[in-house]
Amino acid sequence: MEPLGEVLKQVQGYIYPNEVELHWSLLIVVYPYVTGLVAGAFILASLVRVFNVKELQPTYRLSLLTALGYLIVAPLPLLAHLAHPERAFEIFLTPNVHSAMAMFGFVYAWYLMVVLLLEIWFDYRKDLVLWSAQEKGVRRWVHWILTLGATDLSSKAVRFDQSAGRFITIIGIPSAFLLHGYVGFIFGSVKANPWWSSVLMPIVFLFSAIVSGIALVLLLYVISTLLRSKVVDMLCLDKLASFLFYALVVDFSLEMLDFIHRLYEAEESIGILSQLVSSRLFLSLVILQALLGTILPLLMLGIISPALRGRGSLKTPDELRRLLYVAAAALIQVGIFSTRWNVVIGGQLFSKSLRGLTVYKMQLLGIEGLIVAGFLLLLPLLLLLVLIVLLPPWPEAEAHLPEAA
Amino acid sequence: MEKPLSDNPGSQEAICDSRRDFLHTCSLAAPLLLLALQAKLVRAFAASEPVYNPREHRYGMGIDVSRCIGCGRCVDACKNENDVPREPFYFRTWVERYVINSGGDTSVDSPNGGISGFPAITSEKGILRTFFVPKLCNQCDDPPCVQVCPVGATFATEDGVVLVDRDYCIGCRYCVQACPYGARFIDPRSRTADKCTFCYHRITRGLLPACVEVCPTGARVFGDIKQRSSPLARFTRFHKIHTLKPHMNTKPKVYYADLDEEVR
Repeated sequence: MEPLGEVLKQVQGYIYPNEVELHWSLLIVVYPYVTGLVAGAFILASLVRVFNVKELQPTYRLSLLTALGYLIVAPLPLLAHLAHPERAFEIFLTPNVHSAMAMFGFVYAWYLMVVLLLEIWFDYRKDLVLWSAQEKGVRRWVHWILTLGATDLSSKAVRFDQSAGRFITIIGIPSAFLLHGYVGFIFGSVKANPWWSSVLMPIVFLFSAIVSGIALVLLLYVISTLLRSKVVDMLCLDKLASFLFYALVVDFSLEMLDFIHRLYEAEESIGILSQLVSSRLFLSLVILQALLGTILPLLMLGIISPALRGRGSLKTPDELRRLLYVAAAALIQVGIFSTRWNVVIGGQLFSKSLRGLTVYKMQLLGIEGLIVAGFLLLLPLLLLLVLIVLLPPWPEAEAHLPEAA
Repeated sequence: MEKPLSDNPGSQEAICDSRRDFLHTCSLAAPLLLLALQAKLVRAFAASEPVYNPREHRYGMGIDVSRCIGCGRCVDACKNENDVPREPFYFRTWVERYVINSGGDTSVDSPNGGISGFPAITSEKGILRTFFVPKLCNQCDDPPCVQVCPVGATFATEDGVVLVDRDYCIGCRYCVQACPYGARFIDPRSRTADKCTFCYHRITRGLLPACVEVCPTGARVFGDIKQRSSPLARFTRFHKIHTLKPHMNTKPKVYYADLDEEVR
């Protein structure tokens, strides 16, 4: 009880007695952050596959593997947060069809099984067959098993792989929208909470997801290329930065629309929400999310990327531009994580009596603590490493059919 | 072993035999007699407490704000009756005190849910009005908590009470977030959602909820909305009624009389 007693000392104004305990903690911040990265990385992949943005080809497979690595981890923070994780399966067995949360399992399963795994399999099938034919030892067997016995390399079969992959991506785009729009809906549909309750919430979540996903793949692409001592494809990077800029413009506009709309409507909650933003959330919302996480990268990308003018408003040498892109992408990650924090934690820092503010005491240890959250943020990268070893996404690793070679 | 029959029916031996037979018969009949008696008792008991049919009821609570003196006995009785954790911060019911000064500023407090009453206000200067408001789960007819529960562990009974199945709750806390009234908490012992049940174990036996039972001023009125003769029906006939946060459209069944607009 001691931490709650400490919280009580820092309560400002009046909160309902049961509100002293904050119910959704750091793990629930991690959940929409991770899910957003999945959706964003997938949308990026779809730019190549469906919209034929050829410059982004070097990031196509990396995006898919990134999405998979993060998707595997996505339900873990939720599971760890449950007071009775042993009963979690009841969501599948006896779901309450009126509950938005009950749909999570189905949306997740659809995305993992129908979209992501299938698309990756169709995309890699030809390579898996060729790799297993050339390799020795464990890798040969792993790749052979992953072909699932479909070893036909006739041009008809390979063409089918391509058209199936394209078809799945087309289904995958609305699915990715669904996956993250749905996460926004979980919050946006809580009418009891004026900070969350907004019809814009799913769409704001979606665009921030796209922003975070593109920024993450940009970071991973540059880092992995440098680590492999290869040359970063600046055409690809410029294109990535341009798309990042466009997505950020839409995301920022939506956030501002939400902000102005709330301010203009000035409902009964406006007083307490203004207090919330100017005190408890000042650092995470005004400084981290808005200034450092959105406006600064927006300026950086707007000036140096070719998004607005052919070769950028300010001509910069490749090395500098690369560095600035990486810096902008890193700032965006901080910004989007802050966005998730401001939604999840911010939405619980004021009382539903609209008369007071409380505080969140983050734990270091314990299942909902900082260490577990940090581990859950690192785990997708470790999984991605395994996936990269297993299914190299680099253009030079791609196997070519003998007649094409 | 076969007994020899007595030749003379009036002899001492013959009398003893017939007495023994009689007692023997009685000893056999006794359990049967008891069984019959018991059956009669059971029937009599059943007649006094008919089988409870939830469809015949629709429960609600009336709260007369002007009668509440903020003694906190309801809070204490609730914790005792329902084994609500004694440590602070977990309440199925609590009492708030509102102090509105002449400038229009409102301050609200509820020290430890008001369980031990409230510290006295030292000066009445500048106070426009002040009053106590008991709070509890509003047993909404359109409960957001029931809507959001992913597994259906929170449900509404046919008699209009929202309950939680402890053996089914997964502890996701979505219901806590969805409740506009702050009426829910997670019981740290069972790690499941908990809230006011209107003392369901009592009301289905025809008793009053503990908080209503102990209220010294009759500020809490419990009853059946369906029965015109119930105290609640009478309460709602004779008072102007407000519910909390009506714009949420949750259709609460806790009816406040004399409720101030400052109360949320």
